[in-house]
Amino acid sequence: MPETILETQTETDLKQLAQDIVQRAMRGGATAAECAIREGDEFSTLVRLGEVETLKESGSKSIGVRVFNGKRAASTHSSDFSPAGLDRMLSSALELAKITSEDPFAGIPEPSQLGSLSGDLDLYSSDVYSLPGEERISYARRAEKAALEADPRIKNSEGGSFDAATGHRILANSHGFVGEFRRSYCSVAAIPIAQDSNGGMQRDYWFSVARSLDRLESPEHVGKVAAQRTVRRLGARKVKTQQVPLIFDPLVANSILGHIFEGVNGDSVYRGASFLAGKLGQKIAAPQVTVIDDGTIVGGFGTSPFDGEGIPTRRTVVVENGVLKSYVLNIYTAKKLGLQTTGNASRGLAGTPGIGPGNYFLHPGARTPQQLIGDVKEGLYVTEFLGMGVNLVTGDYSRGASGIWISGGELTYPVEEITVAGNLKDMFLNISEIANDLEFRGSVASPTLRIDGLTVGGE
Amino acid sequence: MDNNHFFFQHYGLSDRDLEHYLAAALSAGGDYADLYFEYLSSTSLGVDESMVKSASQGISAGCGIRVISGERTGYAYTDDLSSARILHAARTAALIAKGPAKTPSAGFQQKAARSLYPVTLPSVDAEITAKVELVMRADTAARAYDPRIKEVRASYADELRSILVVGSDGTFAEDSQPLARLNVSCIAKTEANSARGSSGGGGRVALDFFFGEKTPEYFAKEAARQSILQLDAREAPAGEMEVVLGPGWPGVLIHEAVGHGLEADFNRKQTSAFAGLIGKKVASEKCTVVDNGVMPWRRGSINVDDEGHATQETVLIEKGILKGYLSDKLSARLMGMADTGNGRRESYEHIPMPRMTNTYLLAGEDEPEDIIRSVKRGIYAVNFGGGQVDITNGKFVFSASEAYMIEDGHVTAPIRGATLIGNGPDALTRVSMVGNDLKLDEGVGTCGKDGQAVPVGVGMPTTKLDRLTVGGTAKRESGGFMQ
Repeated sequence: MPETILETQTETDLKQLAQDIVQRAMRGGATAAECAIREGDEFSTLVRLGEVETLKESGSKSIGVRVFNGKRAASTHSSDFSPAGLDRMLSSALELAKITSEDPFAGIPEPSQLGSLSGDLDLYSSDVYSLPGEERISYARRAEKAALEADPRIKNSEGGSFDAATGHRILANSHGFVGEFRRSYCSVAAIPIAQDSNGGMQRDYWFSVARSLDRLESPEHVGKVAAQRTVRRLGARKVKTQQVPLIFDPLVANSILGHIFEGVNGDSVYRGASFLAGKLGQKIAAPQVTVIDDGTIVGGFGTSPFDGEGIPTRRTVVVENGVLKSYVLNIYTAKKLGLQTTGNASRGLAGTPGIGPGNYFLHPGARTPQQLIGDVKEGLYVTEFLGMGVNLVTGDYSRGASGIWISGGELTYPVEEITVAGNLKDMFLNISEIANDLEFRGSVASPTLRIDGLTVGGE
Repeated sequence: MDNNHFFFQHYGLSDRDLEHYLAAALSAGGDYADLYFEYLSSTSLGVDESMVKSASQGISAGCGIRVISGERTGYAYTDDLSSARILHAARTAALIAKGPAKTPSAGFQQKAARSLYPVTLPSVDAEITAKVELVMRADTAARAYDPRIKEVRASYADELRSILVVGSDGTFAEDSQPLARLNVSCIAKTEANSARGSSGGGGRVALDFFFGEKTPEYFAKEAARQSILQLDAREAPAGEMEVVLGPGWPGVLIHEAVGHGLEADFNRKQTSAFAGLIGKKVASEKCTVVDNGVMPWRRGSINVDDEGHATQETVLIEKGILKGYLSDKLSARLMGMADTGNGRRESYEHIPMPRMTNTYLLAGEDEPEDIIRSVKRGIYAVNFGGGQVDITNGKFVFSASEAYMIEDGHVTAPIRGATLIGNGPDALTRVSMVGNDLKLDEGVGTCGKDGQAVPVGVGMPTTKLDRLTVGGTAKRESGGFMQ
């Protein structure tokens, strides 16, 4: 960063401002109030075919308030921090809270529930901005160059990129809670395009992301992996419609794991909008499936000292040996279900808090992904999903996919323009193997997994 | 809506300020610079369990500054519209260029304003009770439809976006863009089954649209009808088969199969499966596809794009032949083609790029009933959730949320949701019949590209594709579909 763009208000000023807004809301007639402030800086660059294509650098700041008028709630937000802007935000919130309905379950947490994890969670490293401008561009350039040079069939590129960002979040409420934390991240990525002798093109990508620059994988490594992932797709074909065992690579397995989270999200559970609603204590997955959500892991991508309502984050066993042990909840959904919050409140600046994961993962098994593939006589190694054909109410699952055909325990030719379909209820029960390759590339992580009984739709 | 120099009035901007900022943006050279001022006010309301549980309003304002030098783009933005912050952002964006300063053209040319959505908007607060009425009426109507409807959520959201775009070539454009929508979703339950249904609509319309043309009851009944229907849906078939798409929403096929692949940036970079195919046959001669940004009141319409260029109707495919791409300023200049007014962005925090507006397949001559009758065994899909495309290999998907089997020329049982997958450059070559019943979607579509969301429209008449892969689960021996 040249100079920080937003140094008009210091940290303490923003904490103070959040508390002031809460107090002003209370003086204005609110029975409870909550104020959230977010500020952040971002840098991104994209280098394409060796030339800088975009350079973006900026900072922003915004504020939101949620007020309660008894059991009625409303919220407003603004990017205008002028006195007039803040006045308007507050008065609109107080006005809006007159027209919403009384909801017996509305409210902020009890004072005894509030708190923040202590100690250094290692979420922020200023080194994400430590590189001079030219060096950052060079990260992007090096990633792309490594991809372009890795294989003669890599003929084009959507570029190499380097991104860095820092964020600062403040939350205060009328029970006297005030907390803040900072997080940083940086990433390097490459998106090469390969072309075969018939002119057919394929694109894929690879990336590394970290909270500090010194933990980022080398741009050369990222570029090389991106090239491998792209080239292996060349010459992809359709296959016949059939049922075969499927091996899901970690990036696609992630999304399947994510459906368990969505299915046990208190919001879907209390309204019966999930096929997992009411299944607490029941077997919902194969016996080797243990799923954890842990917002407290030092340095984790999903770590924070408190959730979107000021509840300290925690470790929750969601599924243990195939049995559903816990829903994931915020204050509202916990009250609706007569349970305790799991500290999973997520929030934007406005609106009711939602529910989001901390570090959410599937416990790894003992065998390697290669061993899982080696067991399959005829099957498909799925490396990409396309589209979102998932219905959580029924569990119906149907998505576009591409991957590599497995024959005799070996990866053979690439496959595309197929669908993978089944029902999530059966899919979780049919997770027959979980590999040992758990790695966090974001807040949700799954090892490679095998699921039997799905339909591959093709010719 | 008449443009009343919003930013001049509210932020004390003057032509002189704008020239000053543009000069700062070009202080290190560059071919072009522009400023995008945006002021967005939004309201949303949600009813859930028959209670208005949420009400929210927000204000977001800022300025994005772009400097283009050759193929390079520098970008910076600020949410503080003070002169010092804008100048700082302009100088940051200027870092992309390395050369002697350039001078922006003196003076601005304001183009004659079009008026596709002349909405007069009274103050937000005055209408809030009417908005509450809308969501409550939707809730009541959905529940009244059938006792098996157990969960209803309805939401109303509107916004008014005021923009000002000025460019170093003298571009000066203002617009006030209203956008409103009403959504209803339901869950129907029996002892054995649960099913969901959803519906919604809107556009660049005023509140009275929902009290006259498209009422909460209209959307509520539709959402309820879909969820009841799905209670009895059977497994969808799997594999390649004849597919008939109903009019309206299924136009998401056009958006995914060809729309994205024809955005100029992908073709300039030769990363699209459609690159180099201008003048070539990419669809059956029954297919003419347009992108039309100038349809009054439509969700995808805009008077000017986010680079200040007037929108237009652009023919993409004419009788099966690929005719053109959708371009923004940068691609138009680099490719030596006309700017089609498709440079759009999500907000002042984003760099504009070529995006669709309202994209649809024109009506043909076939009667919809004849199209259904012509199918021996296949599916008839009338509502879709969404879709996605890989523009490089051309593979696209779109997910049906309401579909039926067609057996011996008759629409029969409803089937469960299924994803359809195809290949963009040849999917439309398999179009064998095009109906005379062109319809656009109800106005809830949002398109995502490179992390930027913009409102769009899609549409098509009843259309038959001779072959498309349907991603169901039904086994061939038991599932009612045998090839």
